[in-house]
Amino acid sequence: MSIEVRSVSKSFGSFLALDDVSLQVGDGEFVALLGPSGSGKTSLLRIIAGLEEPDRGTVHFHGEDATRRDARERRVGFVFQHYALFRRMSVFENVAFGLRVKPRAERPPETDVKRRVTELLKLVQLDWLGDRLPSELSGGQRQRVALARALAVEPKVLLLDEPFGSLDARVRQELRRWLRRLHDEIHLTSLFVTHDQEEALEVADRVVLLDRGRSSRTAPPRSSSRSPPPRSSSTFSAR
Amino acid sequence: MSAPRPREPLAVRLLLIGLAFAAIALFLVIPLAAVFVEAFRHGAGAWLAAVSEPDARHALKLTLLVAAIAVPVNAAFGLAAGWALGKFRFPGRNLVLTLIDLPFAVSPIVAGLVFVLAFGRSSLLGGWLAGHGIEVVFAVPGIVLATVFVTFPFVARELVPLMQSQGTDEEEAARVLGAGFFTTFLRVTLPNVKWALLYGIVLCTARAVGEFGAVSVVSGHIRGATNTLPLHVEALYNEYAFQGAFAAASLLTLVALAAMLAKAFLSRHAGEEAP
Ligand SMILES: Nc1ncnc2c1ncn2[C@@H]1O[C@H](COP(=O)(O)OP(=O)(O)O)[C@@H](O)[C@H]1O
Ligand SMILES: [Mg+2]
Repeated sequence: MSIEVRSVSKSFGSFLALDDVSLQVGDGEFVALLGPSGSGKTSLLRIIAGLEEPDRGTVHFHGEDATRRDARERRVGFVFQHYALFRRMSVFENVAFGLRVKPRAERPPETDVKRRVTELLKLVQLDWLGDRLPSELSGGQRQRVALARALAVEPKVLLLDEPFGSLDARVRQELRRWLRRLHDEIHLTSLFVTHDQEEALEVADRVVLLDRGRSSRTAPPRSSSRSPPPRSSSTFSAR
Repeated sequence: MSAPRPREPLAVRLLLIGLAFAAIALFLVIPLAAVFVEAFRHGAGAWLAAVSEPDARHALKLTLLVAAIAVPVNAAFGLAAGWALGKFRFPGRNLVLTLIDLPFAVSPIVAGLVFVLAFGRSSLLGGWLAGHGIEVVFAVPGIVLATVFVTFPFVARELVPLMQSQGTDEEEAARVLGAGFFTTFLRVTLPNVKWALLYGIVLCTARAVGEFGAVSVVSGHIRGATNTLPLHVEALYNEYAFQGAFAAASLLTLVALAAMLAKAFLSRHAGEEAP
């Protein structure tokens, strides 16, 4: 599902955090949003997810105006900057949460929940840690739990807010590659926030710059010999 | 890793430790022990007789009834206050934060008098209620109101700072995952403050059972009707019925000791909840 942000502005008090920002992420595309700290990256993601309302401008999913849609109904996977894992729940329950809170009619039976969560934990290579509490995990492991939790509800788009920001360089490098491979497998429309230029160039199909609340588009081809850009992204550029 | 230990001479250390123990013995252990010594001076039979005498039984029942109403009410108030004040910024928030502590700042006697003024028969509200056959002052409703007022801060005070420090990250994560307000509250917010809530409830219960001042003003001291356990103790004591007074007092002391134990147990878990 494509994301389109049209002329979004947002102020906090008298501070203009986002100033007429526009941005497009095509269906299946993996875009990096690059900007220094304080440039409004988190605010923009929160507006896309519906956690914050823009003062002006609109957010569209798959061409439909979703600006007034509640965050619960946007089907967005959000990986928070500081994980925001449920501290009192095991890793397994964290990942299962989105399935368990579905309206009764859509809620999968317990056996399906088990299977799905186990699958996801395998995908993020943590199936042996299901019983642990988040506080018992390393930063990199928590980040992957957060990702598995976001994927559990089969979101239409994935928003990642500096997912590797607080990890050390080696783990970062590894997770970055892993995330790219994951994207090549599942082709989920993704917007990836970072303040690290190298990271942005390495991982994404395309990089968008955000500086002091203003966006400018750049389109460097991904410096990659690993895999061709996903098919769906060419569909997008053909539009 | 461990901090360097202070290196005072042994004699000084022993002296200080000795003084600390002496102070604890003098101010805490001896008075507490005295209550039980006096309560059982004439044997267990006399103690049993004193606590099962009709007025004592009624006072005990009334005290439990009042606590059974005041504690859940304040647990609910406290949760609501902790949630609203801890998770949100709004105009007037600081004023509300200050007002929560009002019952601690106001002398219980004054609190009691305020209820007498507000709900007494000569007041507008009290007169109207009396006209509908509802007595508040010098009756059980007044005692409940006074107790709710005096014990209001205990739960809220535990929860506001904790919920504030925990922030709204997890609630937002739950919302994006599709959880509604009540689901999020029951599955995320509440479990995160469970121990602090219990801790506040224990403190609240101890005070609700032991409250004297405010209740004394609104109760009217009607024996077998509006005397709570602390008031019953005072009444007997004033009549030189020491055996009965201390027997009843021993029950209150037991409640206090149980609360202390529960507190010690809970404070360890409550500590884990701070992020
Ligand atoms: N809820 C808020 N209230 C006030 N100011 C905010 C709020 N959220 C963000 N800001 C301000 O908006 C600016 C952009 O913040 P943010 O979107 O978090 O930037 P980034 O994620 O790029 O570091 C910052 O200067 C920040 O202080
Ligand atoms: Mg940020």
